[in-house]
Parts: sequence; C-alpha cells; structure tokens
Amino acid sequence: MKIAVCVNHVPDTETKVRVASDGKTIDPSGVNYVLNPYDEFAVEEALKIREKNNGEILAVSLGNDSNKETLRKVLAMGVDKAVLLKAAAEQDSYSVAKAISEYLKTYEPDLILIGKQSIDSDNSQVGGLLAEFLGLPSVSVVVKLEIADGIAKAEREIEGAHEHVELTLPCVISTQRGLNEPRYPSLKGIMQAKKKTIEEVDAQQTEPRVKIIGMKSPPEKQPGKIVGEGPDAVPELVRLLREEAKVV
Amino acid sequence: MSVTILAVAEQRNGEIKKTSFETVRKAREIADGLGGTFKALLIGNSINDTAKELGKYGAGSVIAVNNDKLTHYSTTAYTKVVGEIVKKEGAEIVFFPATALGKDLAPCVAARVDGAVAADCTELKIEGGDIIATRPVYAGKALIDVKIDAPVKIFTLRPNVFPAGEPSGDEATIEEASVDISDDDLKAKVTEMTETSKGKLDVTEADIIVSGGRGLKSPDNFHLIEELADVLDAAVGASRAVVDAGWRPHDEQVGQTGKTVSPALYVAVGISGAVQHLAGMSSSKYIVAINKDKDAPIFQIADYGVVGDALEIVPVLKNELKKTLGK
Repeated sequence: MKIAVCVNHVPDTETKVRVASDGKTIDPSGVNYVLNPYDEFAVEEALKIREKNNGEILAVSLGNDSNKETLRKVLAMGVDKAVLLKAAAEQDSYSVAKAISEYLKTYEPDLILIGKQSIDSDNSQVGGLLAEFLGLPSVSVVVKLEIADGIAKAEREIEGAHEHVELTLPCVISTQRGLNEPRYPSLKGIMQAKKKTIEEVDAQQTEPRVKIIGMKSPPEKQPGKIVGEGPDAVPELVRLLREEAKVV
Repeated sequence: MSVTILAVAEQRNGEIKKTSFETVRKAREIADGLGGTFKALLIGNSINDTAKELGKYGAGSVIAVNNDKLTHYSTTAYTKVVGEIVKKEGAEIVFFPATALGKDLAPCVAARVDGAVAADCTELKIEGGDIIATRPVYAGKALIDVKIDAPVKIFTLRPNVFPAGEPSGDEATIEEASVDISDDDLKAKVTEMTETSKGKLDVTEADIIVSGGRGLKSPDNFHLIEELADVLDAAVGASRAVVDAGWRPHDEQVGQTGKTVSPALYVAVGISGAVQHLAGMSSSKYIVAINKDKDAPIFQIADYGVVGDALEIVPVLKNELKKTLGK
C-alpha cells in the first residue's frame, strides 16, 4: 500500500502574531515553526496503517528550505520518503492543492492523509481540493478510521454528532484531533532520518486565487472590570449580565 | 446581465439550522448591494416544505434538489449537485455556512466549477463591485482582507457572526431541480450518524458557552460547568489543558488546536488564558472570567471578572441565575 501524507510547517500555537512591514504577512522574527499539529495525526495514522498493511509512506511538504525541519521530523517518526515541493512564498489553498496534486499524479498513492487544517491560514481546504483535482473521494475531520479490502470506514466529526462515512480507495482523508496519539520520534528514528535524503522538486506554479489585500491585528479587547472577589460578587455579576450586557 | 448569487443552505433530518438562515440573510444583502439575482439551494429528500422556511430570511426563491440518494450527506454526490446547479444558473458568487458540511463541500465545489473559496469569513463588504472578505487567520490572532480572483467566487460564513434577523412572514417559491446521482457519485457516503452530545449544543453553534479549565481541580467537578451551562442553555467548552489530561472530550476544546468560537457570552471558569486559548474565543461579544489568580491573562480580555475559587463561585452563580431566570 502506498500512502502519501501532506505536512505543513507552521508557527506553533504559542506564537504571538505581529503583522510584518509588508502589511500582508506575519513578522517571522522570534517565531518557532513546527509540524502542523493536525498533520501529526495524519502522519501517525499513516504509520499505524503501514504497521498493519505494510507498504510505503511518502511525506510531501510545499514551501522552502525551512520545511525540511518538518520533513526531517516525520522521517524520524518513521515515514519512508520525503519530498519538498519548492514554491514561491505567496500561495493559497488552491495553488498548494494544485501543486501537490500534480506531484502525486506520478506517485499514485492508494491513500492520501492530511491534517484537517493548517493552524496558520486556517482554510481547511487543501484536502477537498486535492481530492477533486485527483478525481478521488474524500472525507474530512476524521476522528476514527479503519481500512480493509479497498474500503475506508471513517467517522467524521460534525456539530454534535459523528457521521460514519464509507469511501472507496484511493481517497483523501483529513485528520482531526482524537484520531490517535502521535508518537515521539525515537532516538533510532532520529539517527536514521539524518541519513535519509529529502528529494527536492520545483512545485508547479499556479497563481493564487484568494488575494490578500492586507493583514491586521484583531480589535484589541479592553480589559473590563473586576466585579469582585468570591461568591459575594455573584449578584452584581448577574445584574451586569442582565442589565448592561443584556446577554442572559 | 446581472450577476447570479447562490446561497447553499443545509438541513439535517428536515430541519434547517440557524447558521443557514444567517448565510441566506447575508447573501441576500450582498445580492441586493450588487443588484444581482439571488437564489438559495437546499439539497435532500422530500425537503420542499423545509425549503420554504428560507423565505423568512430573504430567499425569494429556493432551488430544491430532492433525491432519495441525497437523504444523507455524501461529499461526492453533494459536490456534483452544487456544481451542476452553479453551472446551470450561471452563478458567479456562492455562499455556504462555515459548518462541518459547508467547510467540507465548498473546496470540492470550487475545484469542480473553476472557483476559489474565502473560508470562514467574519465580515463582507462591497468595494467597487468586488466583495472584500475579512477572515481570521492564526485562530483569530490576525485578520486578513481578501479578494477572490476566479470565475466562481465562494465564501463560507462563520456561524454566529452574521445576524439571521427576525423571520418575516414570507414563503419562498420552490423551484424543483433534478440531478442524476449514479453509484459513481456515491464514492463517499454517510452510512450512519451517531449523536455525540446527547442533544446538547456544539460550541460552534451556541450563543452562550461555559468553559472549564484546570481551576476545576478534578474531572469530577465538571458537573458544575454542565449544570451552569444547563441553566444558561449553553454549550460546554474546555481548555486544552483539561482535554489533554483526558478530563473532557476533544470536541469541547476551544482554542487554536480546538474550535474557534464567537458566542454572545463566553464564561471562562478556572481558565488562566493561554495564548492559544485566547485566540479561539477572544472575538466573543462578552467574556466572563472566574479565576483564583487575579493576574491571570484571561482577565485582560474579560468584560467581567470575578476573582476566587471556581468551586465556590459556580454553584452560587448557578443558583442566582436560576432564580433570576425563573428556572
């Protein structure tokens, strides 16, 4: 079984975002970049599927040289091969999915795993676009997955419920927290990963279709008032919620 | 020729959710602003009566696609239906609610109709005939203004941001449309649905959220949060710390690796306010914080703060609200 897993290299959740001088992107100084948390679930799931079904896992990341750090990490987790699709800085979901789909056409995976969203641009689109560009079915926000006899049975999280979805392979699965507990790379894995080559390919360029006009900080919330201390403050809090905020 | 605008509404078991009314209302406003033709689209089986509801929120006509193969959601089949209707109507602008369904469907439809999606928009305005959308990135730590440059422009609208408004007495005209669904279109299909929240609201849909964190000291104390949520008809949320500790299910997690929410009222109980949590909830209209540590970052963004032990304050708050609300 050939599994492709798409991984992104993103600012970690502790990042305090400052808008860069171009007014369109974030200031990268002091920012720590990590493997996108939702992609970790995709990598872990790929490893678990390979343990059962054998086969090969290819990790694909689109970006620049700094993405190699993330590719190195997933190799250390146990992924077999890694490819960096080198691309211009300005991308949107459409151009990313187009470039990855073009590359994967030559790899012909049985299964494509990807995090349900990148925690930087928060688009939740690449999985669906990728599936359509490749003419494959997809399921998103997956919290449970079983694969047998060319069929994927997935549970997908929706508002207040889980949808049980059946799809034929090959397909695209986008992963959500809850699916598994990603492993830490072992020391042996880290050593082996150092010896592996990361293939570098120029990504097919497509013009981004969602153009960023500008980036701004959200309106700053003014600190409100401390109503009081302890249970004695409760009647005043309820009064404010009713009379001032009018929300209860 | 005037532009055609389509709003894709969502029904589950014959019921339309508030998020679809919000989307229809906003889409209608944009259509009026652009002087375009506006229609809503509803997909399912025997949904004509349900579809009429959309008239109360501004949809003069609703395209209803009924098919027994569309009773349950299927990404592949629904993509085909929306794609064909978009082409048939010549729609250049399409709106979806940014719900689980809308977020799943919109990118697939975009690929099918040569479009592109501005996802999870929180503001839309018309400038020189173009729609400028504002959308949060980095879980709301920044906002970007975007413009779509594609033949079909698709926008998904964040729930709880655009008001649905009061329903009018209007009933929509139903235009039935049929789309053939073959087995090949059902490569992905829903076979079953299991409720996870026992009838409770999901945090992304709720007007009020009561969230608990480590300050509750033990998972056994979370019933205090649930009871307070009950009194307020609120959804229950949780911080990453308590989800990671296994106290609460991950679908309750609010924050950058959980859900981003914008309710009218967010009550943070025993949550100190890590950067990633604040990102996910700071766009709430009103924030109440209850925390022992008066220097906790959550008080920096809270409208109303109460300093003290959550275990002592929450039961009193519940009783006081019960009394006031006559419950």
